[in-house]
Amino acid sequence: MTAALKPASTVALRAQGIGARLGNAQVLQGLDLQIEAARWTSIVGPNGAGKSTLLKVLAGLITHTGVVHLQGQPLAAWPARQRAQQLAWLGQSEGAGDDLTVWDVALLGRLPHQAWLSKPRPEDYAAVEHALRQTQAWDWRERTLGQLSGGERQRVLLARALSVQAPVLLMDEPLVNLDPPHQADWLHIVRTLVAQGTTVVSVLHEISMALQADTLVVMAQGRICHQGSCADPASHRALEAVFDARIAIHTVQGQWVALPCASNA
Amino acid sequence: MKQWVRQRPLALAAGLALLSLLLLALGACVGSTGLQSVREVWSDAVSQQIVWDIRLPRSAGAWAAGALLGLAGAVAQGLFRNPLADPYLLGSAAGASLGVCVALALLGASPVAAPWLLQIGTTGAAFVGATAAVLLTLALARGVQQTLRLLLAGVVVGVVLGAASSLVLLVQPQLMQAMQGFMLGSTALVGWGACVLMLGGWCLCMALAWGLSPVLDGLSLGESTAASLGLPVVPMRMALVLVLALATGTAVAHTGLIAFVGLAAPHLVRAMVRAGHARLVLLSSLMGGALLLGADLLARSLLAPQELPVGVLTAVLGGGYLLWLMHRQNPVTVGSKP
Repeated sequence: MTAALKPASTVALRAQGIGARLGNAQVLQGLDLQIEAARWTSIVGPNGAGKSTLLKVLAGLITHTGVVHLQGQPLAAWPARQRAQQLAWLGQSEGAGDDLTVWDVALLGRLPHQAWLSKPRPEDYAAVEHALRQTQAWDWRERTLGQLSGGERQRVLLARALSVQAPVLLMDEPLVNLDPPHQADWLHIVRTLVAQGTTVVSVLHEISMALQADTLVVMAQGRICHQGSCADPASHRALEAVFDARIAIHTVQGQWVALPCASNA
Repeated sequence: MKQWVRQRPLALAAGLALLSLLLLALGACVGSTGLQSVREVWSDAVSQQIVWDIRLPRSAGAWAAGALLGLAGAVAQGLFRNPLADPYLLGSAAGASLGVCVALALLGASPVAAPWLLQIGTTGAAFVGATAAVLLTLALARGVQQTLRLLLAGVVVGVVLGAASSLVLLVQPQLMQAMQGFMLGSTALVGWGACVLMLGGWCLCMALAWGLSPVLDGLSLGESTAASLGLPVVPMRMALVLVLALATGTAVAHTGLIAFVGLAAPHLVRAMVRAGHARLVLLSSLMGGALLLGADLLARSLLAPQELPVGVLTAVLGGGYLLWLMHRQNPVTVGSKP
């Protein structure tokens, strides 16, 4: 939506010929993707399309075939710490961490910026406080993750990813368990980050939320079916197609919303 | 800022250190000759020997072994992200038993091996056995990448080596009693040499665990998150496994298979303070030391002049306290996850 105002953007992430397996299943096959810098890209698709795996490949977290370039340099060529400063990843909660305080969890996001075993610096504290306030988790900073509800926990994990302050931020289902006001907050956070030049990639099941992005990547069966502007009707048609026309995209007050088509069932 | 986070662990550490010193002093006073030996320690050579060569090294040794087990327990629970993990998880216990078993059998049976075995003794055999078992587990699991594979391999190694020990004992039943002593754990035979070895091992393991603690913190949010934070997860997990093996092997070699200290110490600490792994490992270690030293005192004094195996006491007391903790507090605190 804001794409027209921006200058021709450069590429933050480029993936070429990506193939990945989980166990014996081929999850991704021969996939190419370019993520433009300072834009928000949403990846959508049905369950099992390979969205989360793609995001892990882009973050360099699983072995795969093909090459991913981060800011023009192959991922493997980045030293681990520098890469972690450039690229933050928020996964679907892997559980545990119950004994860590909210503050300590958010502070983990500053690890890539700290020398090994050195004390956090004032700017680390500032980044953590900023991130916790952004997700409205600041008030519970002394509680442990085990004492929080699912949605509260998700906001803390989100703060952990934000506190890295990386120029590229990958988020896998960041809205899980979030109530509508905090989903709106998340939207605001992402818009602010993108306006500041951060590249955001999110895997979303909330289609209406995904349609707020700049670019939409539609996936099915380990492949990319369509990549295009969220404003483009072709993107909407591709989206309806991968979901077997069981959802329909409508325009409501200048925003696009996806509604289920009960009649098709 | 963060007063709360900083001060409670510090207070607990100070408290545990103080308690340990107190128990150590008590340890010098408890024994068949009672306080008399302490009063005459400067005047009477026998009393001096009792206090200096028997009671003190044994108490210090109990503390050191407990501290090693507490440290290993905290590392194991962090590494496997499982509150039920204990130091013997990777087969060290079964390996150490088999080592001792084989050493005792050879010592009795083979005149060729006897001088060499006497040199390294059952202590060395236990350490070698524990280390070899962990290496075997690592080999079977093909590295440290997969937690589940590592745990399963540990179980397999434990069962198979345990069976091997049983086989040796079946052939040589006269070893049964000596083995039973080892399996129950005892601090009775710890001398200054063993104390120095254990404390040296403790310093090394503590330094390593402290240095690797950011990995444990990162891992508690999941392996992918840790990797995304730029932590070299695989080599550091390997290093943590080695710390675990070294700490457990050193303790087991000198005091046998003492139950429950490694499992209970981190839980007791977590029930009292919230801390990152650097502090948790240190506090668990101090807690383990105080626990085992206290248990050793009780084992010596409950039925005096007879002595209970300290391992029996740690199992009963540690288990009981853990159970009480579980019922008193909400399940999250003790760790209700599988």
